[in-house]
Amino acid sequence: MAHTVPVGQKWWSGGKSPFNVEYGKLMMWYFLMSDAFTFGAFLISYGTIRFSSSSWPDPNQVFRSFPVIGQMSVPLAFVSLMTFILIMSSVTMVMAVGAGQMHDRKAVMKWMFLTILGGLAFLGCQAWEWTHLYGEGAWWGRNPFINIDQTQSTTNFTNYFFTITGFHGFHVFSGVIINICMLIKTWRGDFEKTGHYLMIEKAGLYWHFVDLVWVFVFTCFYLL
Amino acid sequence: MDSSHTTTGFEKEKNSFDTKAIWKTFWILLAITVFELIVAIIYFETHFFPKHILNGVFVIMTLAKAFFIVAEFMHLGHEIRNLVMTIAIPACLFIWFLVAFMWDGSSYHELRMRYDGYQFEQSKTKVKPVEHKEEGKKPGVE
Repeated sequence: MAHTVPVGQKWWSGGKSPFNVEYGKLMMWYFLMSDAFTFGAFLISYGTIRFSSSSWPDPNQVFRSFPVIGQMSVPLAFVSLMTFILIMSSVTMVMAVGAGQMHDRKAVMKWMFLTILGGLAFLGCQAWEWTHLYGEGAWWGRNPFINIDQTQSTTNFTNYFFTITGFHGFHVFSGVIINICMLIKTWRGDFEKTGHYLMIEKAGLYWHFVDLVWVFVFTCFYLL
Repeated sequence: MDSSHTTTGFEKEKNSFDTKAIWKTFWILLAITVFELIVAIIYFETHFFPKHILNGVFVIMTLAKAFFIVAEFMHLGHEIRNLVMTIAIPACLFIWFLVAFMWDGSSYHELRMRYDGYQFEQSKTKVKPVEHKEEGKKPGVE
């Protein structure tokens, strides 16, 4: 909290925004807040079901495949790659926001392009993972995996996995679409006309939120 | 700086962007993720430490990562206190959500194990892993 309210400054007496941010950015924060509760509800429901089950499949057993290398078992390697891609695209997004603050149109376009590539790479990885699991017989309503203590597992495992990673993947997809729109607007010079790159900052907030949710999805499904 | 904004009444920080801080955050996030993976794989290979302690470590690491993403990447750590509080205080509801629902889940588990004979049997019966490659395989997939 680098910028606390200076002593004697009256933020609530009118004439200026008490939050010191633009309206649209504030609303983006509140939208993300509500979205966080949606994801939270999904993940907590998953947690409740998991707590009520006597056992659960071992993520190291289920998620141990990697493209190209065939049957070799590398637990969690692929999902780590996905995590790395998403964190990396978050960094390029911050760079785009920074370039926007400097009004450097070329740099904004470069960083937005890299962010979009990162998003597409993540979606590609997820498509591969889903296809692979489908090939192993896992889908909504079908669970080929057994619990870690060798007892019969239920379809709760696959239902939650596909629903929550799917919902997150849909957020990544919409994020990519938003970023493509922002790239086109930057390219057309729209933000030069309005005089600021705040739209990039708002798209950036959304994109980081997607990364934030992935951190929780990653822990809940692959580590715990 | 920009005339369009003085009318909305907020003061724009000049050149607050710090590339170094962003990369530092990136390295912290990467280091935490790699650490989590190493611990998860050591556990998978050796079962060296109890799983619930490990889970506690994972949860703390996750919250640390979430803090860095929100504070640095989303820049919330550099906004004024009024804004930080309107985000942070509602987020505290999650503490209650987690405690209440996890509690409910484990209570349901206990009830099932005590009163539902079928569930109890299931939790004791070992099964063989299904042959993945035969079942559910569609031509053209993988």
